Amino acid sequence: MKAIISIELYKIFRRPRTYIAFGAIAALIMVIQLGLKMDGQSYASFLMKDINDTLTVDGKVLNGYLICYILLQLLLVHVPLLVALIAADMISGEANLGTLRLLFTTPYSRTQLVMGKFIAASIYTIVLLIWLAFLALFVSMWIFGTDDLFLLKSNYVVLIQEKDVLWRYVGAFVFASFALLTVTSLGFLMSSMANNSIGPIVGTMSAIVFFTILSTLNIPLFAAIKPYLFTTHMNNWKEFFDIKVNENNEAIYGTILNVAKIKNSIIVLTLHIILFVTASVIITKRKDILS
Amino acid sequence: MSVIQVNGLSKHFGTLKAVDHLDFSVTEGEVFGFLGQNGSGKSTTIRMLLSLIHPTSGSIELFGKPLNKYRDEILEEVGAIIERPDLYPYLTAKEHLQLFAKLRNKHVGENSIQDTLVKVGLADRSKDKVQTFSLGMKQRLGIAIALLHNPSLIILDEPTNGLDPQGISDIRNLIKQLAQQEGKTVLVSSHLLSEIEQMATQIMIIHKGKKVADGPIQKLLDPNKMIVHIKTTNDAQTLQIILSGSFSNYLLQRNDGIYLRLPDYEIPLLNTSLVNAGVGLIGVETRNSLEDYFLQVTSNTI
Repeated sequence: MKAIISIELYKIFRRPRTYIAFGAIAALIMVIQLGLKMDGQSYASFLMKDINDTLTVDGKVLNGYLICYILLQLLLVHVPLLVALIAADMISGEANLGTLRLLFTTPYSRTQLVMGKFIAASIYTIVLLIWLAFLALFVSMWIFGTDDLFLLKSNYVVLIQEKDVLWRYVGAFVFASFALLTVTSLGFLMSSMANNSIGPIVGTMSAIVFFTILSTLNIPLFAAIKPYLFTTHMNNWKEFFDIKVNENNEAIYGTILNVAKIKNSIIVLTLHIILFVTASVIITKRKDILS
Repeated sequence: MSVIQVNGLSKHFGTLKAVDHLDFSVTEGEVFGFLGQNGSGKSTTIRMLLSLIHPTSGSIELFGKPLNKYRDEILEEVGAIIERPDLYPYLTAKEHLQLFAKLRNKHVGENSIQDTLVKVGLADRSKDKVQTFSLGMKQRLGIAIALLHNPSLIILDEPTNGLDPQGISDIRNLIKQLAQQEGKTVLVSSHLLSEIEQMATQIMIIHKGKKVADGPIQKLLDPNKMIVHIKTTNDAQTLQIILSGSFSNYLLQRNDGIYLRLPDYEIPLLNTSLVNAGVGLIGVETRNSLEDYFLQVTSNTI
C-alpha cells in the first residue's frame, strides 16, 4: 500500500494541472491581502458603520486573524472545485489515458489500488489546505499583525481575545479537512464511474452546487433532507468562532457555543466519506477494464 | 506443464458473445501465436487472462492455479502489454520503469531498469518525457514495462504496432530469445501473420469468439495440403476436367480463379491431365502461408 501511495503522489505532483489549484489559491489570497493592505481602513469602516454609534472599538480591527476569517469565508466555497480537478481525475483520467490497465495488471488488488489512489488524493487535499492555511493565516498575521478577533454576525458581535484565537483556526482547518475530504471522496466516486475526466470533474462541481442550493434554500420540502446533505455541514467551521457568554454577556475564554453541532457535522461528513469511498471500491472492483 | 489452461471461457456483453466457450492451453517455454480478425475476441480473451475483464463463465488457470483465487500471486509472474502502449505523457521512460518496479514485490534494481532499457533500445532516450516519443518508442517502453520484473509468462497484444521494419525484427528476435534462451512462455497476438509464422511454435485462431483452429504451426501448414492456383487459357474447360476427375474433392470455392487444396505429389498429375486435354497452362502457383490458412479458416475460403 505504501508503494501505491508514493507512486500516486509522485504522479499527482508531476502533473502541471496539480499546480493550478496552488497557483489559484495563492493569486486569490494575494489579491485580497493586497487590496486590504492598500485600502483596508475603508473596508473596516464599511463593516463597522452600523455599530459605530453604539460601540467603540479600540485596537486593530483589521488584523491577520480577521483577514484569515474573511479569506476562509470567500475561499472555502471555491476550494472544493479545485479539489475536484484532481480527485475526479484519479481513476477516470487513467482510464482515459489507458494506463489503468497497466496498473490493474500489477500484483495489487483493485481494492488496494483504489484505496492507495484515494489516500494520495486525500494527501493532495490536505496539502492544498495547509497551503491555504499558510497563506491565509500566517502570511496575513505577518502582514497585518495580530489583535483580538472582532466578528460581526447577523444579529450580534463576537469578540475573541487574541490569545484565544489561534487554536480555533487549528480546529477550523481540521474541520475544513473533513469537508474537503468529503468533496475528494465524491470526486473519487464520480471518477470510478467514468472513462474520461471531464464528466466526473463537471459532475462533482455540479453536485456540490446542486446540494449547496438545496442546503441554503429555506423551502419546507427540503427541510427534512437538509441535515443529511454534506453541503449543509461543510461551512460549520465557523462554529469554532462562536463563543459562550456568561450572565453579563461576556465571552468565556476557550469555549465554543455549539460543540454538538461541530461533532454532528464531522459525523455526517465522515459517513459521507465512508459511503463514497466504499461505493468507489465496489464499482471499480466490478468494472470491466475495456478502455 | 501448462502455463495457461483455459476451459469453457465465455464473455458476453449484453447479447454479444465476444468470447464463446474457448478452450486452450499454452505449454511452458512456447511462443503461442494468438490470431483472429478485428473484433474476433482476442483482446477480450487477453484481458480476461489478466483479470481486467470478468468472464461470464469458464475457468482460467495460470501456472496451475485458478486466476480468480490467486490473482495477485499469479500476476507477479506475468508481464503484459495490451493493445496500445498507453503511458503517462508527463513522465520519462526511466520514471515509468521506476514506478512500475515499485509495484512489484520482486526487487527490481537500477541495473535491471538500465538493462531493460538497453534490451528494448531506449537507453539513449531514458530521460525524455514520453510525450516526445513516437508510437514505436512507446511500444518499446510498453514492452520494457512488461519485461522489467523478469516474468515467467509474457502476454503481448499486438506488440509490433507502430514499429518500423527494424523495430519489428528486433521485437521478433527478442521474443524468440526470451523463449529459447530464457525459457519464458510468450503468448503473442498480432495482425502481422508473417511475423507470427516466424516466431510462434503453436498457434490458435479464433473467429467470432470461437476457436476455429489450433496446433503446432508445422502441422497446420502441412506441406501435403498445398494451396494451388491454376492459370490457364481456358478456365471453363479446366473446371470441367477437374470436376469430372479425382481432383474434384480438392477444388476450393472461389470467384477469383481456380484454386485447389491438394498434396504436393498430386500437382504433377494435375498438370499432366490438363496438358493432355489440350489446355494451355499459363502458370501453377503454390501457396502454403499462415495468411492463406488464416483466411481459409476465418472466411471458409482461402
